[in-house]
Amino acid sequence: MQDQNTPTLRANQLRDKPPITRRRFPKQLTPWLFMAPALLLFSLYVLYPIISSFILSFYNWDGMGDKVWVGFGNYVELFDSETFWIALKNNIIWMLLFMLAPPIGLAIALFLNQEVRGIRLVKALFFFPFVISQVVIGLVFTWFYDPNLGLLNSILEVFGIQTIALLSSEEYVTYGIIAAGLWPQIAYCMILYLTGLNSLSPDQIEAARLDRAKGLKMLRYIILPQLSPATFIAVVVTVIGALRSFDLVATMTAGGPWGSSTVLAYMMYEESIFNYRMGYGAAVAVVLFLIMAVYIAYFLTRMLRSES
Amino acid sequence: MYPKSIKNSSRFVNVAYRISLPITILLWLMPLAAVMMTSIRSIQDINQGNYWGWPTSFNFIENYMMVFQSTEMGQYLLNSILITIPAVMGAVALSTLAGFALAKYKFKANIWMLAIFIGGNFVPFQILMIPVRDLTISLGLYDTHMGLIMFHIAFQTGFCTLFMRNFIVGLPNELLESARVDGVSEFKIFWHIVLPLVRPALAALSVLVFTFIWNDYFWALVLVQSDTVRPVTAGLSSLQGQWLASWNLISAGAVVAALPPVTLFFAMQRHFIAGLTLGATKG
Repeated sequence: MQDQNTPTLRANQLRDKPPITRRRFPKQLTPWLFMAPALLLFSLYVLYPIISSFILSFYNWDGMGDKVWVGFGNYVELFDSETFWIALKNNIIWMLLFMLAPPIGLAIALFLNQEVRGIRLVKALFFFPFVISQVVIGLVFTWFYDPNLGLLNSILEVFGIQTIALLSSEEYVTYGIIAAGLWPQIAYCMILYLTGLNSLSPDQIEAARLDRAKGLKMLRYIILPQLSPATFIAVVVTVIGALRSFDLVATMTAGGPWGSSTVLAYMMYEESIFNYRMGYGAAVAVVLFLIMAVYIAYFLTRMLRSES
Repeated sequence: MYPKSIKNSSRFVNVAYRISLPITILLWLMPLAAVMMTSIRSIQDINQGNYWGWPTSFNFIENYMMVFQSTEMGQYLLNSILITIPAVMGAVALSTLAGFALAKYKFKANIWMLAIFIGGNFVPFQILMIPVRDLTISLGLYDTHMGLIMFHIAFQTGFCTLFMRNFIVGLPNELLESARVDGVSEFKIFWHIVLPLVRPALAALSVLVFTFIWNDYFWALVLVQSDTVRPVTAGLSSLQGQWLASWNLISAGAVVAALPPVTLFFAMQRHFIAGLTLGATKG
């Protein structure tokens, strides 16, 4: 739209404004002046650090002394380390299980998309977990899983199932943390779908109903295609959320027991802050960044295509 | 409407649906309800393992008083406020300017700038961690409120710029043009025409970003080390280490930490959801 405006604007300016103002203040500069403060801070705190981390990953550095060039040394060590593969495997499990969030969110949204009294409050309460800090969620679930006093084991006892100390079990700990992470993630997906359901085209649904489309068929062929923008955002946000997982791992287990629940984000933090291996930590961060870059690029191309 | 409205269904379906709602809510929020219950229990209840039954006494006032008296929770809460409010204002201000530039000016790099702002918003924090920490130290801002404020402003600007840009794009061009014809300067156009029109978007964005920044945990760990600066998220987890067995106290602390964003959410629900579901309805 702006395309057509620009020439007329220029013409107007030529007519109305004295040439001196134009020379002092070229038109092309205006948007950059408006962007300058944001761009400056963003470059300093986001763009430059990304490049800087890439460079740092080729050095050994304890955070204080001199940096020592090691080439791909950090990466070679990383790919040989057992912790890295555990973290990567856990990240993949996170991603796969997090993919449950969009369908469950959709199911809840379908369940709640009715007009009865108090439904607004019900929807808000379902969304509630998303608003709370992950630290609080980690705390709530640590406690829920507690082997002595947790509700989980009380429930298991009622059903006569062997109780377990979920967060101290190398085998189950990651699943326990993921369940906690799914809670707010489902809430987020639900709200995306509720918004999507609100803007369905009534004509198409009526037409499909006249053709006797029903239940799952209706959902599959009429509703889901219309919900695809919501699905797209839900999936992207869920993947990114799974890869970003840090808060819950840090608060619930600190990567334990014996590093079995660590993820790349936590491993990076641990290596840099506790072991003073900044270069090695940066290498972990670069790997995580590259995995995420695939999704970011996918998201951006789709989004920008719809813009133009 | 999909699924079909149950209004026309049988009485049985209607009653069953209405009964099922509070039950599912109860199940969904059970972990949270337990924390709230525990935050008003006595220490006797805790020691006897009465975690999930009815409390023998209600110690609402005692427990919450104790959180503020014998822990640093009051200080943490204050720190969170001192960090979050300026950071929200800064991010919203910068991104309104940038969003206006991206929405209403056609220039070559426009779409690329937008892509950079959006992409930057999705990067993992860890790739920023070491350089941002070094930068903060060399600016003399390590372990200060300002250190966190600066980072949050910079990082949130990415998402905020996208948000403001999408809102400002919808404003009619004619309005700006007629002002230009009258010789009004570009900044005055922004200040007197655009700004009053974007007020509803500013409210929505502020609520959302407030929650994001308030709930940040990672940067609170990385850029802060003393209690006089530490925000409530990091504070809560250090509390957990110190008061291991006093679950009633810790859960009261958790409720206190969660309260400000929750209150804001319920007060401004519509704005909040509008911000969060940006793009969920259009392709």
